Amino acid sequence: MVTRGFTGRQSGSELSDRIPPGQHLVDNFPVLTAGPTPRIEPADRTFTLKVGPRPVKAWSWSEFNALPRTKMTRDIHCVTSWSKLNTAWEGVAVDDILADAGLTAPTPFALAHCYDGYSTNVPLADLAMGKAMVALKYEGQPLPRDHGGPARLLVPHLYFWKSAKWVNGLQFTERDEAGFWELRGYHMYGDPWKEQRYTND
Amino acid sequence: MTEAIAATARWQSCAIVEVATRTSAIKSFFLRLSEPFDYTAGQHVDVRLTAPNGYTAMRSYSIASAPSDSKVIELAIERLPDGEVSPFFHDVAQVGDTIELRGPLGGHFLWPGPSNKPVLLIGAGSGVVPLMAMIRYRKASGEPVPVALLLSSRTWGDVLFRDELLELERSLPDFVLALALTREPAMRRTDFSRRIDGRMVASVAGRLPVSPGCAFVCGSNAFVDIAADAALALGLEAGAIKTERYGA
Repeated sequence: MVTRGFTGRQSGSELSDRIPPGQHLVDNFPVLTAGPTPRIEPADRTFTLKVGPRPVKAWSWSEFNALPRTKMTRDIHCVTSWSKLNTAWEGVAVDDILADAGLTAPTPFALAHCYDGYSTNVPLADLAMGKAMVALKYEGQPLPRDHGGPARLLVPHLYFWKSAKWVNGLQFTERDEAGFWELRGYHMYGDPWKEQRYTND
Repeated sequence: MTEAIAATARWQSCAIVEVATRTSAIKSFFLRLSEPFDYTAGQHVDVRLTAPNGYTAMRSYSIASAPSDSKVIELAIERLPDGEVSPFFHDVAQVGDTIELRGPLGGHFLWPGPSNKPVLLIGAGSGVVPLMAMIRYRKASGEPVPVALLLSSRTWGDVLFRDELLELERSLPDFVLALALTREPAMRRTDFSRRIDGRMVASVAGRLPVSPGCAFVCGSNAFVDIAADAALALGLEAGAIKTERYGA
């Protein structure tokens, strides 16, 4: 349905194939959270890998930071409709976390867990093979607190609520178990190119 | 919640039935739903505008009206100078136009339902919109929940829903209103003329009969961080403090 009198601010053609439907470009980096921004003391910074209820490996903060580093520059897309191009991240690839724990393909799904109680579900296929990392730096600097510092999950090809802030663990699950927003009306997978914003999209 | 959202999240066409100027930058748009839905105070809708060549722009707007039997919902939209959708609403949209929206959306920033624990609301500028839906619902439902609203605005003239809030302060039992003006002296003894800080939040919370059981905070990122930290300092659990931050 055409909206009377609306033309919009349409991007140049060289960028339009990088902007999913319903999204618009921003230059800033908006912050969205469901609650207060947590302060995570250095002593509380750990990362735990679980398969089901069973902890497989826990890293101290220094151990986790000593894992191999990966850099990726990606376009990101928030379900609230902003997109940001060419964001530069550095962190530990999920592949390298799995390798350090001696796991290859634990289960088909995972839940990311966070210090503030947040969680989100992502299939293994979207975490492995270089697709996702636990990001520790943004644009060359330690990740700011309000963007998820000290560590956030980065799954750049899915809507950005999947890139959980203040992440402290990955739990592999047999079934695709809904996380915080997925229990509150948001899509289980969240592909921006298919506009999978809400449950039945 | 998931089922309710899934069942009602279809796009629908809505007619603009009224436009009301609220402040120099904010207008209210009253939209008649073609497929009415039930919602909870605090929820939002997604609005979609479509250009003749098929280009679409989508934004989320909180619902300002309280849940009721009415088929008309109110969105209060601030005109952002660099915006794409809000200038359309302010400069182009008219009564009789048709707008596409879907909702209700959002399953977190929600009026908590029957409880005797006071609710602390903290908003800045147009961030009062979802809080206003809660206050209006509190009034309409008659739930005996004490509510305090701390609302920060630049000037007296920028206070969204000012006259209605002042009237509610007079008529609604257990409703505490505190206005913070950041660019003008306070107009009332109980108000503030500075930016939000922890002392201000504690002072407003202290006007409630007992400590709040939860807090809702809506505004810019910097504002929300200060307000949420202040709510934590009151002794609220992090999980009892729900925040909405302006996106882009």
